[in-house]
Amino acid sequence: MALEARNVFFRYGKRGPWVLEHVSLSVERGERLAILAPSGYGKTTLALLLAGYRQPDRGQILLEGKPLPKKGFCPVQLIWQHPEEAVNPRWRMGKVLEESGKPDGKLLQALGIEPAWLERFPRELSGGELQRFCVARALGSGADYLICDEISTMLDGITQAQIWKVVLEEVSQRGMGMIAVTHNRHLAGRIADRILDMERDPESHGRT
Amino acid sequence: MRRRNGNRRTELVLLAAVCAAVLAVAYGLGIFLPAEALEGNFLQAGQPPSLEHFFGTDSLGRDLFWRTLKGLSVSMAVGIAASLVSAGVAVLAGLAAASGSKIADAAVGWLTDLVMSVPHTVLVLLISFALGRGLLGLLAGIAATHWCSLARLVRGEVLKLRACHYVALSRRLGKSGGWILIHHLLPHLLPQLLVGMVLTFPHAILHEASISFLGYGLPPEQPAIGIILSESLRYLSAGMWWPALLPGAALVLLVLLADKLGSCLERLLDPASAQE
Amino acid sequence: MGQAAEALLEIRNLSVSFHRYGNGFAQEELKAISDLSLTVRRGEVVAVAGASGSGKSVLASAVLGILPGNAAVEGQLLYRGEALTPGRQRALRGREIALVPQSVSFLDPLMRVGVQADGSRRPRQTERRRQIFRRLGLPEETEKLYPFQLSGGMARRVLVSTALLADAQLIIADEPTPGMGLGQALEALRMFREMADEGRGVVLITHDIDLAVEFADRVAVFYAGTTVETAPAADFQRGEDALRHPYSKALWRALPQNGFQPVAGHQPYAGSLPVGCLFAPRCPCRTEECERKTPPVRQVRGGEVRCFYGA
Repeated sequence: MALEARNVFFRYGKRGPWVLEHVSLSVERGERLAILAPSGYGKTTLALLLAGYRQPDRGQILLEGKPLPKKGFCPVQLIWQHPEEAVNPRWRMGKVLEESGKPDGKLLQALGIEPAWLERFPRELSGGELQRFCVARALGSGADYLICDEISTMLDGITQAQIWKVVLEEVSQRGMGMIAVTHNRHLAGRIADRILDMERDPESHGRT
Repeated sequence: MRRRNGNRRTELVLLAAVCAAVLAVAYGLGIFLPAEALEGNFLQAGQPPSLEHFFGTDSLGRDLFWRTLKGLSVSMAVGIAASLVSAGVAVLAGLAAASGSKIADAAVGWLTDLVMSVPHTVLVLLISFALGRGLLGLLAGIAATHWCSLARLVRGEVLKLRACHYVALSRRLGKSGGWILIHHLLPHLLPQLLVGMVLTFPHAILHEASISFLGYGLPPEQPAIGIILSESLRYLSAGMWWPALLPGAALVLLVLLADKLGSCLERLLDPASAQE
Repeated sequence: MGQAAEALLEIRNLSVSFHRYGNGFAQEELKAISDLSLTVRRGEVVAVAGASGSGKSVLASAVLGILPGNAAVEGQLLYRGEALTPGRQRALRGREIALVPQSVSFLDPLMRVGVQADGSRRPRQTERRRQIFRRLGLPEETEKLYPFQLSGGMARRVLVSTALLADAQLIIADEPTPGMGLGQALEALRMFREMADEGRGVVLITHDIDLAVEFADRVAVFYAGTTVETAPAADFQRGEDALRHPYSKALWRALPQNGFQPVAGHQPYAGSLPVGCLFAPRCPCRTEECERKTPPVRQVRGGEVRCFYGA
């Protein structure tokens, strides 16, 4: 019962430089892993591969021993760094939430999402508020694994702490697996029970 | 950076509504014009503009104002049909190009370049001539030449949207291609398509008029602007300026109105300028 | 840095609001910046720290006079003691006042970056530019590349180099570091620091309060479009008790290295700001007065705080 990357290689285009080489990692359900690296280390690319947005050129991404489904619902859900780009600007926030199923009132309350916001358009909310919706959408989808790509980097400290508090509670309550990508060592220590340092760990690493 | 009073959006909507209303009235008048208004009266042939005949009469004594109106409504019918067909072709071509199939994309791209590389007038003329002139040939000719820029626009937009994070995310949430098309893509594409269609319209009208003027479009008995203008040339040397000037000016006005309507809609629907 | 140093930029009670259309014909007024005051002296790096969407970039645009057409500005902007009129803004920007923009799209896509960094200055300062490129970790070949051939981090460093090259007195850096590796980010910030030490003024707009604290002399904490506290950077290192405003204290407590404890609530929406103190709805020590009146800016222990009670 795990999400695994097995000796993954990836590059953009057929001749580009390798963005990821020899990357292997594994996360069990109920486990929280933080991937720590400065920007330019291919962290976002790795997040895209783990959530099935892109396919590795070599190696495999396996969920419970099988490749990720290419079509239909993917049990590994990604939360993007920039929430502004992850919601349709022409949709009201209520519709954004419903894309992953009926929203859970308690979860919305825990995330501090005001009922009035459901009627608003994305441009009428700040980045921090939008990210709350993206978290609610990912949690509402019934995913088994959550990939968080620098989800609080652009937010203020208070919103960061608020969002992580809810994510950590939900992840542990539902026994989900989580991989958080971040450049912030303090944050990694707070949210994960295992840290993979791409800069220091020569076993599995990406390159600029 | 002064505080702006008044509501820009209201102004634009009003302007668009006025343009649309004038166009609709001209079209309606032309369609429901009683047949006798277009009949000739040799006693009144070749009269300059007066209160009785706003645009004067032609050499057969026909009232040029009514004839122009009728002609404009014919032109508009051609223009509407042509821009609808062009839009349809453009959407199909754009979607095919953006479907992900490289062959379809290359084929559409090649065809677009081909059509765009030949001057419109020449191509419309050839197609219209090949199909035996008349309304059908003209429609086919204009529809076959006016889809290119809109097709490019649709293709570009679809490609851009498909690369959007929220569309990729929707797919990972298990939504089908059809669902994404209806809920994510169409709401973005429809306004652009509408604007594109309205802007194609004056183009189509001008081409219709020029082809008819050259004698390859509508038959001479039809009261079309192109026909009126080409007839007027014969009498221009006789000092009859009004059959050329006034219907011509009416055509220009029509085109300008349609163009204004298009650019109003564009500014209203495009999020980049909608806030200004 | 003495208090006697010349004030390069003075912002007095600046408000910027955007006029926006809602659905149909409804219009609304978005107050991106409300009643903000800030002074930048020669020799100073002043960090403006706040969340994304809190109006920090609007501040940069207002100073440079490049706001979009639907913006309305109130209040006073002074550069070296003289009012910053639109005409003066045009004359000064790119020369005395330089912007390091947030978006990489500010580079001209059709121009080699070397030429672009040189700008229209004569004589060309190729040697100096190469030196700056080298310090920022840009290989010499970079000058021959076009912007599309640069990685995000490289493009940002090129943007930083343009400001370093311009002999600007006031530099406004709008989120200059995202996309750079930590080493490069530190190097870029160190260069800003040096520019300040040479007698220029730097406004560093950032969401990363950790970085801000390390390089700035003073940190202005930005909340809902205004600065709630301007404090010596050292106060943030000393901790909660050295800070003055309840929001700064809450922010400090919420950082992962200090407790990771959030306060409830969210920043108010720019279209419906609360009447009194902007932080009052979330403040643990608010009183009735806070909900009625906007608190004045007060001088407290060498810093400024916009709170009735902050001490």
